[in-house]
Amino acid sequence: MNWLTNFVRPTLQSLVRKRETPENLWEKCPGCEKMIFHRDLIANLHVCPHCEHHLRFAAKDRLRSMYDRGEFQLLTVPGVPTDPLKFRDTKRYSDRLKENRTKTGDDDSMLVAAGAMGGMNVVTAIQNFAFLGGSLGMAGGEGMITAAKAAIDRKAPLLAISASGGARMQEGILSLMQMPRTTLALSMVREAGLPYFVLLTDPTTGGVAASFAMLGDVAIAEPGAMIAFTGQRVIENTIKEKLPAGFQTAEYLVEHGMIDLVVHRRDLRDTLIRLFDLLMNRARKAAADGESVAIPQIGYAGANDAEGVKRAAE
Amino acid sequence: MGTETFLEFEKPIAELEGKIKELRHLADNGEVDIGSEVARLQNRTEQMLQETYSNLSPWQKTQVARHLDRPHFSHYVAALIEGFTPLAGDRLFGDDRAIQGGPGRFRGRSVMVIGHEKGIGTDGRIAHNFGMAHPEGYRKAVRLMHMAEHFQLPILTLVDTQGAYPGVGAEQRGQAEAIARAIEALLEVKVPVVCVVVGEGGSGGAVALAVGNRILMLEHSIYSVISPEGCAAILWRSGDKAREAAEALKLTAQDLFKMRVIDRIISEPTGGAQRHPQEMVRRVGAAIEAAFAELDNEGSDYRASRRQKFLEMGRVGLA
Ligand SMILES: [Zn+2]
Repeated sequence: MNWLTNFVRPTLQSLVRKRETPENLWEKCPGCEKMIFHRDLIANLHVCPHCEHHLRFAAKDRLRSMYDRGEFQLLTVPGVPTDPLKFRDTKRYSDRLKENRTKTGDDDSMLVAAGAMGGMNVVTAIQNFAFLGGSLGMAGGEGMITAAKAAIDRKAPLLAISASGGARMQEGILSLMQMPRTTLALSMVREAGLPYFVLLTDPTTGGVAASFAMLGDVAIAEPGAMIAFTGQRVIENTIKEKLPAGFQTAEYLVEHGMIDLVVHRRDLRDTLIRLFDLLMNRARKAAADGESVAIPQIGYAGANDAEGVKRAAE
Repeated sequence: MGTETFLEFEKPIAELEGKIKELRHLADNGEVDIGSEVARLQNRTEQMLQETYSNLSPWQKTQVARHLDRPHFSHYVAALIEGFTPLAGDRLFGDDRAIQGGPGRFRGRSVMVIGHEKGIGTDGRIAHNFGMAHPEGYRKAVRLMHMAEHFQLPILTLVDTQGAYPGVGAEQRGQAEAIARAIEALLEVKVPVVCVVVGEGGSGGAVALAVGNRILMLEHSIYSVISPEGCAAILWRSGDKAREAAEALKLTAQDLFKMRVIDRIISEPTGGAQRHPQEMVRRVGAAIEAAFAELDNEGSDYRASRRQKFLEMGRVGLA
């Protein structure tokens, strides 16, 4: 296997993208409603140059902005049963899945990446909001387990980047069961003495907030991100009152002691590298002392598929 | 019969029972001899209950699971746990009566019992916030889970909640984090954990107390990622599609057993737990005893086997 071909080639990909995007495209900022030149938006990591509003950032673009030279590998996540409930609302879930796979080019909403950040190995599990609202289903659970296993194998810190409306209703109870499953994954990383960080992006709600997203050793949020267990409409309908200003924003959460930091997107990479480097102390000491860190056994066949590396198709 | 509250689909049963009452009233006044007629009607009622309850739709089961006369945490504990001593408070902010918990003795075994309490009667329901917990409830539960671990008490949980409370204070004080920590704590403890969904297993607020070595459900209880009403509002954009949503969500004990999410179904007496609460409590007691006995025999690393169970969940036995 040629190792190099399995790296994402950022330059080539950005060339392709440029051709797809008309030069004169403008976007309206959802924060200040001013128009932003598309090229400026990309150069500015999808942050509004006028008001600093952090726009949604596609998962792979975000990964490129964080890893050294924009290079990372996407790890293969073991497959899961498709549409186990044969769920149908106004549409078939299996059709929704197909549409979203075509739209994003990914199998599901959770991607697992590995690569270097500041020269240090870091594994990332990232949710793509563009895929069914980033909802957490069985594939997402396998994604977190795959990421945890990769982090432990590589003695690397694990970063989870949440962007999700919550559990995937169309997978019923099996989606709810991903709350304990993802929690289990990060527990194993923690037991291996490796740092587990979460970057909470807009939005992080429901079953995702109430599991892996709120359990980081360090919890970082993007400015203005909506972070909640229950959505605002549901709360308003229950209490029949207006909600406080800034309720459930990243800034509100940091003020209430629920997260550690709110970090501007341009400072994120440096912040992560600095904190990972400091907190890798235990793992490095153990390695230097020739101690083998007790590596928890994940012990089921599917997780080993994570060894396979898949090309980041786009 | 143990309940005066009839569900919509129980109308024919209610009518029969009304007739029986009427006849009895007449007989008390010495007006007619009704012995055989009452027996006939009672037979008919029993038959009808049997038929209705062996063919409940998911939406009907949802209503049965929420029935106010079903036995609650407090009933189970009063009948099954000797010396149960509820402990209060999360040591951080307050005490949440929607979740009750404390040590007690179950058939000779010291255990830590934790569960949702929906409350009895209007005042009781308000005092217990209808079983919808705030972060304090989950944090109290975590405190008790750690205490159980420290003193090596097996954990028994009884799940019965519509969901965690959706309110400003709950969000301010970290509802999501509190639930996540409870899940984490149940994955961490080395003692055996047995969970019973006795009524409504509503979403994250339920799973926070339902990560066990054995997960049991009552025959007409439900356990779901979202309420049928909530699901209908989001996916159908209409609250009156709850019936359809209940079907689609596959939230019955029978569905969950097929998907291997739960280990055992505890059968309910004819007409549901709400009609024969004492008999229901007895059956639940027997099922809990059996579950602990099974775990005694397994007798090794309960944490590892619990983790393995959740790792495998969804990977085995699904089409
Ligand atoms: Zn702006």
